[in-house]
Amino acid sequence: MEIADQRIAAKVNCYHCGLPCEEKVISLGDNSFCCTGCKTVYEILNENNLCEYYELDQKPGVSLRHVHEESYAYLDEPHVAKKILAFASDSFSRIQFSVPAIHCISCIWLLENLQRLNSGVIKSEVNFSRKQVTIDFSPAKVSLGAIARLLASLGYAPSVSLERQTAASPTNRGLITKLAIAGFCFGNIMLLSFPEYLGLDEADHQLKLVFSYLNLFLALPVILYSGQEYFSAAWRSYKQKLINIDVPIAVGLAALFLRSSYDILSHTGPGYLDSLSGLVFFLLIGRWFQSKTYDSLAFDRDYKSYFPLAINKKINDEWKPVLVYDLQKGDVIRVRNMEIIPADSYLNDAEAYIDYSFVTGESKPVYATEGDYIYGGGRLIGQPVEFIVEKKISQSHLTSLWNNDVFHKKDESHYKKIIDRTAQKFTWAVMGLSVITAMYWWLVVPTQMWLVFTAVLMVACPCALALAAPFTFGNMLRVFGRHGFYLKNADVIERLAAIDSVVFDKTGTVTYGASEIKLTGHLTNTELSWIKTLADTSTHPLSRLVSKSISSESLELVKSFSEVPSKGIQGIIANHAIKLGSSSFVGFEGEQNTKSKVYVSIDGIVRGYFNIETSIRSGMQTLLNKLSFKKIPIYLLSGDHSSEEERMKSIFPLDAKLHFDQTPLDKLHFVSNLQQNGFRVMMVGDGLNDSGALKQSDVGIAVTDDTGVFTPASDGILKGGQLQNLNQFIKLSKSAITILKIAFGVSFFYNTIALGFAVSGHLSPLIAAILMPISSVSVVGFSTLAVNWVARNQFKQKN
Amino acid sequence: MEIITLLIFISLTIALVFLGAFIWNMKSGQYDDTYGPSVRMLFEDKKKNPTDTKTLKK
Repeated sequence: MEIADQRIAAKVNCYHCGLPCEEKVISLGDNSFCCTGCKTVYEILNENNLCEYYELDQKPGVSLRHVHEESYAYLDEPHVAKKILAFASDSFSRIQFSVPAIHCISCIWLLENLQRLNSGVIKSEVNFSRKQVTIDFSPAKVSLGAIARLLASLGYAPSVSLERQTAASPTNRGLITKLAIAGFCFGNIMLLSFPEYLGLDEADHQLKLVFSYLNLFLALPVILYSGQEYFSAAWRSYKQKLINIDVPIAVGLAALFLRSSYDILSHTGPGYLDSLSGLVFFLLIGRWFQSKTYDSLAFDRDYKSYFPLAINKKINDEWKPVLVYDLQKGDVIRVRNMEIIPADSYLNDAEAYIDYSFVTGESKPVYATEGDYIYGGGRLIGQPVEFIVEKKISQSHLTSLWNNDVFHKKDESHYKKIIDRTAQKFTWAVMGLSVITAMYWWLVVPTQMWLVFTAVLMVACPCALALAAPFTFGNMLRVFGRHGFYLKNADVIERLAAIDSVVFDKTGTVTYGASEIKLTGHLTNTELSWIKTLADTSTHPLSRLVSKSISSESLELVKSFSEVPSKGIQGIIANHAIKLGSSSFVGFEGEQNTKSKVYVSIDGIVRGYFNIETSIRSGMQTLLNKLSFKKIPIYLLSGDHSSEEERMKSIFPLDAKLHFDQTPLDKLHFVSNLQQNGFRVMMVGDGLNDSGALKQSDVGIAVTDDTGVFTPASDGILKGGQLQNLNQFIKLSKSAITILKIAFGVSFFYNTIALGFAVSGHLSPLIAAILMPISSVSVVGFSTLAVNWVARNQFKQKN
Repeated sequence: MEIITLLIFISLTIALVFLGAFIWNMKSGQYDDTYGPSVRMLFEDKKKNPTDTKTLKK
């Protein structure tokens, strides 16, 4: 009967979140829920007649199974609220919350109907692409903390941290304005230039003049506003004695504008203003295309956005929330279940379990007793306990990593981009050619010298060249995004292609971050259900893990339950004496050392044990073999002790080097040592302890199973399930470089044709107006098609 | 032919008005979220019906 129940349980999906019900099924009416959290949300919505939520999208709910409760009480403190409110007055306040869980139509609908759940809310509006909700509320009726709690109770827990609030939302509105003006002027100038190309009669001389002057007038905002950035960038690089792509562009633009103005003002010709404005327009499109990345993902977070905003501190025998940055040595603080310990401190209670997996890479919860020194950043599991702060947050063990130089220098200066290397050669070639041509014409037809000289500079303007990189890399960036790999910007692809060694972190990267519990030994389903019932009675973190791992339920009651601190629990269920706990507690005569094993005895007979384990990501071994096949050196840096060395050795290739007991600083130094030996290093990690190494490496990739949660500063965020495709991504970025080089070739081909016209003195405005857009369009078209074709082949091959 | 000059000036003025409108739209943040408004217009403004509240929906 129980087996049958379990089978049904495996098939039922939660009405709220759509996930299969694993642990137990809760029924309400005709609907089933996977956890009480999901059921509660349904009840709230149903009571308030908000069930339209479930009609807008399929199973829209956010699972509440793995959510830990936060009280948000600190938001009710005026000095905390003041820091994060966008606007505050007595009758009206505005708050902007970042809600990572926003993902569908239903989310928007529900979050914009908050006023139906709480009358204190005046209006709420969702920005979907930023995953933010802006709420106007009346502080007299509802507190900020209550709003946060309301959101959290619906599964849309806002993420509140100091850093997120101060960061202004970056927009590229300026760029789009420039683009719009350039596009407007380009269109009109082209229209006004057509009559000239189609052949106006001499009789219409007056009309010609009107058109030319209008063109000149329209070109002014293009050169002075839209194209202004190219001049300032060229000036900057000139001052640094570096030639990059902006220099020939600026020279070309200046030549085009001056020559056209001269032609128009001296009534000798119509000028090249359509080419000029088209050039700026296309260049800005390239820039805009490249700048479009992932608004809702943050690639530059440090420990500040991981740590909580406030914590309960004892002030005159009362618990009051204070900002964590105000903590001083000697303060007594209280941390609750699943909260983060903000600073290095001593434990002030009998015992506690602390999960360091994100901070040191230790995969198993650490057991601490009174007086133990606890590093800031660990997550408390279990009953609330008190700590005495020893160090300020900025000087704690973990956060001191951010005092390292690597976090202060401007990044990416050490890498010279392909485009700049090419532009440098290109610029010298053009300069040489223009001088030689000018000299030739000076000897042959001196009056033509300036005209030919400017014509050469004009057509040499590397518009197509400048478009090749944004479109090749920009398209590749989107391809990666479709496959769960989100890059900070398009430049990362170029560095990715050059990678020749890969460093992995263990916990959370090679293995899943969360521990799971596995049973060794044989127990029947009935016996398991008794164990679950017994474990449910206790609040100990290990009991909870054990209870979570068992799906069968029992209706029996626990009799004579008792809990022996730091030993185990026991009770009588259905006339069987059951003990759960350490080996000595249940009377097991074997190994004694392990804290992470929970032994089971029934009626005095030891029946087996539960072991906390972290499982290795699927496809990991295949990936490692593929990398090693390509002779890419692989390293493992783990903050964990070497107890898992054997297991890691079994999946890593023989020549891979495995290092254990690595501190965050060790990891950073390891990467910089590799770089000093000439390697270009990719670091793949997930935790705060990898932050230094991620920053130091040439390409730092943060692995996460949920893009909504915190990831340390990195060049790219990779979904956990896509880690096995890492070598495909490297291969694709290499293809991108090849495509870029071919696109350069295409662009040079057009430049050569145009230069042929210019050098021989035949560059008419019409020829310039035809050649320039054709070269740009063909480069953009080629790189877009080529990237998508290569990517499709690559991923087809895999399947 | 003067009429063409006049027409061109009129068309340019109209075009400038639209350019101005676009820039104004953007500055006021109308292009910040391109997904939200597209679904928001599909939401029905349901009248509150207290008798409905107690019936569980399938």
